[in-house]
Amino acid sequence: MLEVTDLTKAYGRGHAAHVAIDGVSMNVARGELVSIVGPSGCGKSTLLRCVGGLTMPTAGRVVLRGAPVTDVPDGLAVVFQDYGRSLYPWLTVRDNVALPLRRTTRARAARREAADGALAAVGLTGAGDRYPRQLSGGMQQRVAIARALAADPVLLLMDEPFGSVDAQTREDLEDLVLRVRRERDITILLVTHDIDESVYVGDRVIVLTPGPGRVRADLTVSLPAPRDQIGTKELPEFVRLRTEVSRLVRSRDAAALPRE
Amino acid sequence: MSTRMGWLWRCLVLAAGAGGWQLWTSAAGSSFFPPPSAIVARMYHLWFSGPAAHLFLTADATGNILPSLGRIFAGLAIATAIALPLGIALGRSPAVTGYLNPLLQFARALPVVTMAPVFIVLFKLGTQMEVATIAFGTIWPILLNTIDGAATVDPQQLETGRAFRLSAWQRLVWVIVPAALPKAFAGFRLSLSLSLILMVFAELVGSTNGIGYEMSNASNSFDMTFLWSTIVLLGILGYLLNALLGAAERLVLAWHTDRGRD
Amino acid sequence: MSQPTLTRDRARRLPPWAVPWVRGATGVVVFLLLAEAAGRLGIISRSALPLTSSVLWRVVLLAGNGRFVADFGATLEAWAVGMAITVAAGVPLGVLLGSLPGVRAATRAIVEFLRPIPSVALILLVSLLLGPGLRMSVTLIVYGAIWPVLYNTIAGIDDVDPLAKETNRAFGFSGLATIRMVSLPSAAPFIATGIRLASAVAIILDIATGYITGPINGPGIGAYIAQESTSASDLTVILAATVWAGILGLALDLILLGAQRRLLRWHHPRLGEAE
Repeated sequence: MLEVTDLTKAYGRGHAAHVAIDGVSMNVARGELVSIVGPSGCGKSTLLRCVGGLTMPTAGRVVLRGAPVTDVPDGLAVVFQDYGRSLYPWLTVRDNVALPLRRTTRARAARREAADGALAAVGLTGAGDRYPRQLSGGMQQRVAIARALAADPVLLLMDEPFGSVDAQTREDLEDLVLRVRRERDITILLVTHDIDESVYVGDRVIVLTPGPGRVRADLTVSLPAPRDQIGTKELPEFVRLRTEVSRLVRSRDAAALPRE
Repeated sequence: MSTRMGWLWRCLVLAAGAGGWQLWTSAAGSSFFPPPSAIVARMYHLWFSGPAAHLFLTADATGNILPSLGRIFAGLAIATAIALPLGIALGRSPAVTGYLNPLLQFARALPVVTMAPVFIVLFKLGTQMEVATIAFGTIWPILLNTIDGAATVDPQQLETGRAFRLSAWQRLVWVIVPAALPKAFAGFRLSLSLSLILMVFAELVGSTNGIGYEMSNASNSFDMTFLWSTIVLLGILGYLLNALLGAAERLVLAWHTDRGRD
Repeated sequence: MSQPTLTRDRARRLPPWAVPWVRGATGVVVFLLLAEAAGRLGIISRSALPLTSSVLWRVVLLAGNGRFVADFGATLEAWAVGMAITVAAGVPLGVLLGSLPGVRAATRAIVEFLRPIPSVALILLVSLLLGPGLRMSVTLIVYGAIWPVLYNTIAGIDDVDPLAKETNRAFGFSGLATIRMVSLPSAAPFIATGIRLASAVAIILDIATGYITGPINGPGIGAYIAQESTSASDLTVILAATVWAGILGLALDLILLGAQRRLLRWHHPRLGEAE
């Protein structure tokens, strides 16, 4: 589904160059939810933006569904961390959600219906006529997720989507993402700095080294589905995994995973 | 203080002020300061005692007040039509704006009445001169504020647009223009005040009808009550136009959160 | 996604601080050249607008013209006197109104009623009342210029963090001392912006008054333009005088901005300017 090969992104030139990510490779199968976690400055967001075609890499390749990514590809949707700056305050919730449809669907009624469907999927039926600022932070992020869903994507990129909400809202939103992924069979790349979250939602966890970011580890999460905030987090396997990830993230070692 | 109380209080203060003014002028008896009662009576006589079909406006009113207002609207319309698109285009091209900056700053700092004499020589007396003066003077606040608004669009909002593959045109209409509107409105509010000043000035020096022209007549014939009437009329018009703009702003910018004083 | 363009490559050879200056200067030069070309090629008819070069030459000549220099000086003098009175009266009054919510609420209605009256509307009234002379010009300037100072001072005082004031009071300082130590410095950027706005209004009023009342009222840029408008229909002199008016406006604004930046260098950038 998604192949990332030797992805490198450097800003600036020569001595002043800042290498954000260096030689990152990974493959993502269809329907997988891959968590990308790492310390601050490890380039996780840069990686995501390169995968999404929002930034062009300095070296390496991204191939989505067999086609190389040179610009923002079809079938992609993004959820950003800062919903306050990503949702448009001058549009109602419904118009925000329907935005990606403007490109593909001409009929207003069809767009409206699709938007309402997406809002229902995230549990916000009836909020369509409000403005984003009238909603709480958690609800606004749900709107952002609904907007991503309305685009009917095959790949969903989430850049620290729950970093700006409180802990309990975060748990609700994590479960929402899991449910949505199950219902729609979307492939998801979720960047986070929350270690528990990375293990809880992920089928795999990719740990990046501190900048320049390289893949330190690629762990498979063999926890049973459906996940449950209390039940799953009690399991010894969960505890083992999150300890492992935590150790990997905290280690100052910049060594990358040896390539096969 | 609740809004009800606030309104009541303000009305009381205005009434007290008007009352005080009345008392003082009556007592002083100076011909330079006619009492407000006389002024109001005169205003009614001059402009608002017409037939109901004409909204109670007299021929004097329709022959002077309406043309003045018309010229303000025309001047502002021209200024907005030029300044809004140009401001957005320039705001999105910081390089071009860099080249034009000194010229823009000079035009902004140019005292707004100084082009009127130029336009009088160019267009002679009359409506064309006045509209040109108003348009020229009111372009700059709208232009500069719109440039600022367009240049400071949140990059995250633009990136979201790109992430959802909006075309450049869609990004312009759905992201850049709405984001720039609050600042554009602030510029427009400034231009509104300027338009009144320019209207009066242009009519004082170069017109054959209008409120300024009436003011000039009043002054020449030493008709103080008339003169005061025109001044009060201008105050009322200014207040009404600003209120109108405020209402329009609340309508168009309903979504704009009040992040503090503007 | 951006590839370095040719312009950016060229600009990269300059130190970053110089780029805006070079760009700006280039813009001005290109504009003047284009305007001159338009005039010479007849795109703009020469009977309508004089050549740019003629105007620029006249601008230079005016600097040596005794009468104009006197007029320029007179406008500057009226501005100075007017601004001095405006600030001396407006700032304390603004502080008073801003600090006493009762008085403020009481006078607010009257202030809002008077404010929309365009200052130029009073020129004729005041000229009849006071007769020609510096006193009339200054009165008008003060009336027009005091509003931005008053408004901005009140807004600035209003915006002072109540916690800062309380802290100061808790240390035992009187209300008056608190105003001096906390409120005024905090409100300073707003007041400074108000003064700059007032400065622009002051120049406009002086020139407008001079133009309307003519040379009877004494020297001034407005009077100069009025005289030149009657004697000849040649725009060269008028445009040159207009350029000087613009230079005056720009220079005063830049000087005030510089003074503001220097005096308020310590100030927290949070309290920005409402422009």
